[in-house]
Amino acid sequence: MLASPLLDVQGLQVEYQTPGGVVRAVDGVSFQIRPGEVLGLAGESGSGKSTVAHAITRILHPPAVITGGEVHFRDRDVLAMSDTELANFRWREVSMVFQSAMNALNPVMTIGDQIADTIVAHEAVTRRDARERARELLDVVGIEARRLDAYPHQLSGGMRQRAVIAIALALNPPLMIMDEPTTALDVVVQQEILLQIEELKERFGFSILFITHDLSLLVEFSDRIAIMYAGQIVEMAPAQRVFDDPLHPYTVGLMNSFPALTGEKTRMSGIPGSPPDMRHPPSGCRFHDRCALVQPMHTRVVPLLREAKPGHFVACHLYDAMPGSAPAADVHHLALRGR
Amino acid sequence: MRFLIRRLGFYLLAAWASLTLNFVLPRMMPGDPAAAMFARFRGQAQPEQIEAMRKAFGLSDAPLIQQYGTYVSHALRGDFGLSISSFPAPVIQVIGTSLQWTLLLGLVSTILGFVIGSLLGVFGAWRRGGLADSVLPPLLLFVGSFPYFWLASLALFFLGFRWKLFPLRHAYADNLMPSWSWDFIGSVGTHLVLPAGTILLVSIGGWMLGMRNTMISVLAEDYITMAEAKGLSQNRIMFAYAARNALLPNVTAVGMALGFVISGALVTETVFAYPGLGYQLLTAVRNLDYPLMQGIFLMITFAVLIANLIVDLLYVRLDPRVRG
Amino acid sequence: MQIDMQDQARPVTAEVTDMGQVLPLAQPRRGVTLPLWLRAVARNRKATLGVIILALFALVALAAPVIAPGDPTDFVDRPHLAPSAAHLLGTTGQGQDVFTQTVWGSRPTLAVGLLVGIATTIVGIVVGLSAGYFGGGVDDLLSLVTNVFLIVPSLPLLVVLAAFLGSGNFAFFILVLTITGWAWPARIMRSQTLSLREKDFVAAARVGGESGPRIILTEILPNMLSIVVASFLGSTVFAIGALTALEFLGLGNPSIISWGTNLYWASNNAGLLTGAWWTFVPAGACIALVAFAFALVNYAIDEITNPRLRAQGEVAAASKRRRKSAPSTRATPVVRHAS
Repeated sequence: MLASPLLDVQGLQVEYQTPGGVVRAVDGVSFQIRPGEVLGLAGESGSGKSTVAHAITRILHPPAVITGGEVHFRDRDVLAMSDTELANFRWREVSMVFQSAMNALNPVMTIGDQIADTIVAHEAVTRRDARERARELLDVVGIEARRLDAYPHQLSGGMRQRAVIAIALALNPPLMIMDEPTTALDVVVQQEILLQIEELKERFGFSILFITHDLSLLVEFSDRIAIMYAGQIVEMAPAQRVFDDPLHPYTVGLMNSFPALTGEKTRMSGIPGSPPDMRHPPSGCRFHDRCALVQPMHTRVVPLLREAKPGHFVACHLYDAMPGSAPAADVHHLALRGR
Repeated sequence: MRFLIRRLGFYLLAAWASLTLNFVLPRMMPGDPAAAMFARFRGQAQPEQIEAMRKAFGLSDAPLIQQYGTYVSHALRGDFGLSISSFPAPVIQVIGTSLQWTLLLGLVSTILGFVIGSLLGVFGAWRRGGLADSVLPPLLLFVGSFPYFWLASLALFFLGFRWKLFPLRHAYADNLMPSWSWDFIGSVGTHLVLPAGTILLVSIGGWMLGMRNTMISVLAEDYITMAEAKGLSQNRIMFAYAARNALLPNVTAVGMALGFVISGALVTETVFAYPGLGYQLLTAVRNLDYPLMQGIFLMITFAVLIANLIVDLLYVRLDPRVRG
Repeated sequence: MQIDMQDQARPVTAEVTDMGQVLPLAQPRRGVTLPLWLRAVARNRKATLGVIILALFALVALAAPVIAPGDPTDFVDRPHLAPSAAHLLGTTGQGQDVFTQTVWGSRPTLAVGLLVGIATTIVGIVVGLSAGYFGGGVDDLLSLVTNVFLIVPSLPLLVVLAAFLGSGNFAFFILVLTITGWAWPARIMRSQTLSLREKDFVAAARVGGESGPRIILTEILPNMLSIVVASFLGSTVFAIGALTALEFLGLGNPSIISWGTNLYWASNNAGLLTGAWWTFVPAGACIALVAFAFALVNYAIDEITNPRLRAQGEVAAASKRRRKSAPSTRATPVVRHAS
């Protein structure tokens, strides 16, 4: 059917041991990314999306522990890798673009050195050759060569983000994880960077796991979108489908909270309530205390991520009927903008 | 650059404050300073000595502001008056012979302490729960609580007196003359072990804990996570990314700590009769040699200020954000 | 990830950020319950040990007439007698009882130390909080003065002050020790005030119309309590050290019995070089123990109130319990639940 997946995550569980109790930040997350695909992972602050990103290459720090699930990259078991294997695997196969470039860059090292660092660590080249490659990479992302010896604080916000992207490109990895790469930038620069990323993806052909809380960024940019809530994926579908036909009440609520730039004026609505305490998440469906369509059964039984329509997965009891059948009429009403 | 100029201005201000304090002190003694001196010496001072003291303090019948001007102009020329205990040698000359030993002692113990302590701190923070993190800090904390002069006394007693491992006093063997021969340098070395070792042991806990704490803060930063994500070796991350950044606040701390280290060095010298400024200060106190006391105080203060300036220069080299 | 604050009965103690950092939240103090940090300190082994040692010394100092009856300045036997049943710690170079002198010596030393600790902390609070809160010209001026006092080495300054103005009575020592010792607490208080000033509850108080001094007293100061205590302990140690150093150099009051003067006489009477170690070991050991006890408590306070140190320390402790040695790398561990 399709090429075997590049990244295959099944039932991933990540817990934090805090003084106040155990927090299961990621609870049974499964998804795949194919070569050349862009998967958008969207959710509120605290939904666990960043934790998922960091768990893939195991760069979460104590008190985080991966307590279950599988992570396979090209059929290699990442969770079983030794430290040496991990060091080899990291950046060469999966690289990352972090949210705040200012924080992600070593303040006392030139960006040229920070690019060359990873090249030298993975390949048997001299520093000089690595520097040459670094110069080329800066050129690719649109930074002038003389910035090779610049320190992070000497660059503008947009340039820093480009530098971070250049570092991520250094070993030409098949997968790049981008954790809110544009959140810390102003809107104009945001667009530039997004265009740059798109162009680079066309040129080099890598897959992207794009994490953000801003859904509007994803619709044009990603092939598929996964929505996370309270440590679980609640909906996953091709990008346009998520926008045109959101199924999960949470997704519907998110769509309703974005005012349209054009068209009739509509009333804005938010989602009532607040995200749950992850030490004691709600029983059954975790969204049940904020959902207008909750039924008693929803508070007891955990909904599984099921294919409700072709290629469109949702974890919601409202779609427990046979796949392909029409959803409950109420959801349609909820989906109408302006409600 | 602006950073350095501001620091220099501050040091000049501190130097001026010390000078002014020195000017004020004799005049704060109850009664006429010279008469007070006379009384303290119980009439045993020579008239020339009293006169020398008056001149050293800038005491005269001129108006206060003029006395101050004279005093400051003399000080800037290095004229701190005549020493009472080594009368009629000028204070500056008496100090000159001992400054180098204090510098040697201070530099050796500070540099060694900082380097070894920082390395221990780096390893302690990197492997939380390892040896360097669980055993050493409490141990060094304990040793660091010892008063300098007490540990010095213990060292002198056991290692010098009882077990005769190291010399008991002075900076070099009494039968040697200063020269650049290996003999002399070796002798200086063995005489340096106990005093420098004492200062090192007491202060190393502080250096280690300081580095360890900044390392722990740095290790929580995003650029460390990114370095790990880049698949760099543990050593590279520990030194080029973590320690290199954790170093900066500790370099600043060296400047602050210098005052403490110097104070510790002073008392240590007295125990070992190490012929530095500290030992001389003790002698000055015993002999009520006020001009010498003041001269030593100023000299030590200026030395600390200059050392701080050097540390600032070093910091500018290390932190690209300040270079600007 | 914001842990839900709906549950009032169990106050929120930890915050898990998206980058996987677990930070205990600093809680503004409400009511008269013991602050969280104080309770944690009370449970801490290091702090308990320190407090026990200090309590013992306090007891000894207070009960001196009972423990070592008689006048410590009495000449009781031949000089430089080794410890025996008659004289527990032997006799000094002048024939006085070392044990009695050590016990009675605790009084002036500890008293001056504590009083200076209190005085420098008060001055430090006044100067530091004013500088930190009011900022601007007030801060510039106060900081300048503070830094000048900080940079001038304390012992040489003390020596000249004591030599020129010395009168040997307590008040004088307390005064000069406070003069040389107030700058460090002031600096610490200032930086703490600066960081607290930016916190929300202070802004709320300001908006609510509370006056400057009132805000300082009721909002800022109570939240700095751990710093104030730690600073007080540090100042006391400094004072004891400086006092004994002065006395050792001969600038103390030779007619009083204190640990410092004991050491002065011991070195004057060449106790060291005649092998009479018992003349200088006890007093110095007492100073070392007291200083160590203060340092222990401070260390514990630091460990508890510094969230980074604490989080990492707990992890180290937890991993030590789970396996023999701490993990040598920082890759996320995989510890699967037995399902």
